[in-house]
Amino acid sequence: MQELEVAGQGSVRVSRKDNDVVVIEKDLTTEEMLLSMGPQHPSTHGVLKLECMTDGEVVTSAEPYLGYLHRCFEKHCEMVDYPGIVPYTDRMDYLAGMNNEWAYCIAVEKLLDIEIPRRVEFIRVIVSELNRIASHLVAIGTYAIDLGAFTPFLFCFRDREHILSLLEWASGSRMLYNYIWIGGLSFDVPADFPKRLKEFVDYFRPKAVELYRLLTENEIFVKRTKGIGIMPADVAINYGWSGPMLRGSGVQWDLRRNDPYSVYPELDFKVPVPDGKFSVVGDCLSRHLVRALEMEESLNIIEQCISKMPGSEGFDARAAVPKRVRPKAGEVYGRAENPRGELGFYIQSDGKSTKPLRCKARSSCFVNLSAMKDLSKGQLIPDLVAIIGSIDIVLGEVDR
Amino acid sequence: MSVSAIPQISLPFLMGNSLNAWSDALAGLTISWFPLGLVIIAAIPLVFIALYALTYGVYGERKISAFMQDRLGPMEVGKWGILQTLADILKLLQKEDIVPASADKFLFVVGPGILFVGSFLAFAVLPFSPAFIGASLNVGLFYAIGIVAIEVVGILAAGWGSNNKWSLYGAVRSVAQIVSYEIPASIALLCGAMMAGTLDMQQINLHQSGPYGFAHFYLFQSPIAWLPFLIYFIASLAETNRAPFDIPEAESELVAGYFTEYTGMKFAVIFLAEYGSMFMVSAILAIVFLGGWNSPLPNLGALALYDWTSGPVWGAFWIISKGFFFIFVQMWLRWTLPRLRVDQLMYLCWKVLTPFAFIAFVLTAIWEIYVP
Repeated sequence: MQELEVAGQGSVRVSRKDNDVVVIEKDLTTEEMLLSMGPQHPSTHGVLKLECMTDGEVVTSAEPYLGYLHRCFEKHCEMVDYPGIVPYTDRMDYLAGMNNEWAYCIAVEKLLDIEIPRRVEFIRVIVSELNRIASHLVAIGTYAIDLGAFTPFLFCFRDREHILSLLEWASGSRMLYNYIWIGGLSFDVPADFPKRLKEFVDYFRPKAVELYRLLTENEIFVKRTKGIGIMPADVAINYGWSGPMLRGSGVQWDLRRNDPYSVYPELDFKVPVPDGKFSVVGDCLSRHLVRALEMEESLNIIEQCISKMPGSEGFDARAAVPKRVRPKAGEVYGRAENPRGELGFYIQSDGKSTKPLRCKARSSCFVNLSAMKDLSKGQLIPDLVAIIGSIDIVLGEVDR
Repeated sequence: MSVSAIPQISLPFLMGNSLNAWSDALAGLTISWFPLGLVIIAAIPLVFIALYALTYGVYGERKISAFMQDRLGPMEVGKWGILQTLADILKLLQKEDIVPASADKFLFVVGPGILFVGSFLAFAVLPFSPAFIGASLNVGLFYAIGIVAIEVVGILAAGWGSNNKWSLYGAVRSVAQIVSYEIPASIALLCGAMMAGTLDMQQINLHQSGPYGFAHFYLFQSPIAWLPFLIYFIASLAETNRAPFDIPEAESELVAGYFTEYTGMKFAVIFLAEYGSMFMVSAILAIVFLGGWNSPLPNLGALALYDWTSGPVWGAFWIISKGFFFIFVQMWLRWTLPRLRVDQLMYLCWKVLTPFAFIAFVLTAIWEIYVP
């Protein structure tokens, strides 16, 4: 259907059938309405603003506007010494602080070329996988809210609370940890930590199944997400997508597997990719499904880490932590698999200063969000909400 | 049974009172020229709505949702937080009455009023008890279905008057939804009316009276009555904008829909109207299919449970309990299910519920004509 200006008839709405123009409605002027969604809107997950042109409920175009949470992260980094940047990285993706710290430390450690104790690596894997589960729980919970289901959100937060208290026990804070330091950790984990961890894994497995049955298999939920916002694999790669978003499009790409770091090569875990039976590959449901299945894999990783982790006898978490971080001149790109995709830090050192010359963060959310304009074309407003939710953005990381 | 021959059932269980005894007596009560009784009759549903919305509606919903979600709910104000809603009302009373500068002031102010009046007027034909009904109309059910439609005007006035794009979306969605769902809802209720042979609310209840309690309810009187029962229940969720059909006020899409701009007591009035119509549709469901104020307990030989639990006061107890039960189911669904999309909602209405309502209508008609 399209609108045409026909001489003498005003605006008419026509459709084409076998190249014949069929007039459907005469003297009809439809105006598009500019609808500003956000920055204060319940389902833009923070301060994202979408300027939508809408024709009734149909969104003809949506333009994301960013920067409401810009805190000059990269400029700050040039003013702070290397270890001082770690707490700043926490504040990027505040739902997965451990993973951010780790990605940054990987970059600096690559630049410094230092050996990390084995137990440190295992603890890092454990805390970041715990944080991955916590982050996915928030993603799934808020996604449920976006689609109008309130209860799964609170179930998710109830379970996330256990993870937060575990991480608080280890690091002393609930969200902004400053736990993973360059070359080590701020502290070793408490003595009973593996036992409590095991208890949590046993507690959470049935809860994850319950969540799956309550939300993922819900008829209405499937109806609202299946086939919505389909992103083909090639377009997703061209956009630079990563993490659950890319895997939702059917590409088996996980940095823990494809560019292994730390002790991940020793660990046995699957990289879940939708097979197209339950969902349409690349749609919102696939992305949700990947997150739901990844939690299970993270639990497996944690269990393996508990059994493989070396003991704490004679262990000093700060043994390899350099007294003064002053890397030799050069540049490095370190990356890690975050809950939201590939988080990379590009760091340039001039060899003289204890502060980086340049520190650039490659944010996964920012890159994933860049496809919003493409995905939102011709969607209904409720579907637009479903798509934003499935991208799972954290504006702290998008705007930095 | 044919429409013309409505058997007059005698009521031995009314403890000497005849039908509508209380409301008739009240209606006659005047002080010189002032019809005090009529004012009291009108005040009873109003007080009821206010009390029930305050206690069961708001506090109950918060507690029920809390239990479903592993939370405690309100706990601070009073023991178990029972005074929480009172505190909320006091807070709302103190709020500044804001009318947005760009709003259409008349529509903005009048919208919640129409909304509440539409919801409240339906209570006129609600038989609270065998002895009490606001207005014993012979077209009570028809009136109840019709008067609720006035709410649409209020919603549209509120949405348009707010001069807010989200409110407008909410209002348009709401109107489309309520008008659409009235069709399956009305046809489903018509099945009940056909079984009763009358539209008079008291008579519909009366036809479901009998010593076997629940066995006389229309839900169990015909093998297909569950179908209109289910259709009306689903449609009533949509008519009262409750989940999973709460798309007019979908907080994650439209912020708060047509009442986005409302604050203070106007907001409270909209809420009161919503809780009012929640009870109204639940009560209609109970009246048409589940015996209204009739006791569900059967007489078991010497154990005359039905006779013991029947009467004007018991009647009020039963109809309010049945209404509350369905409100509980509404809350249960709200805290369990995600929300449908607009087009899926319309699909459900026009392509599923309406055809099935017609089928139920025809089958009920056949049953009523050919099966004695």
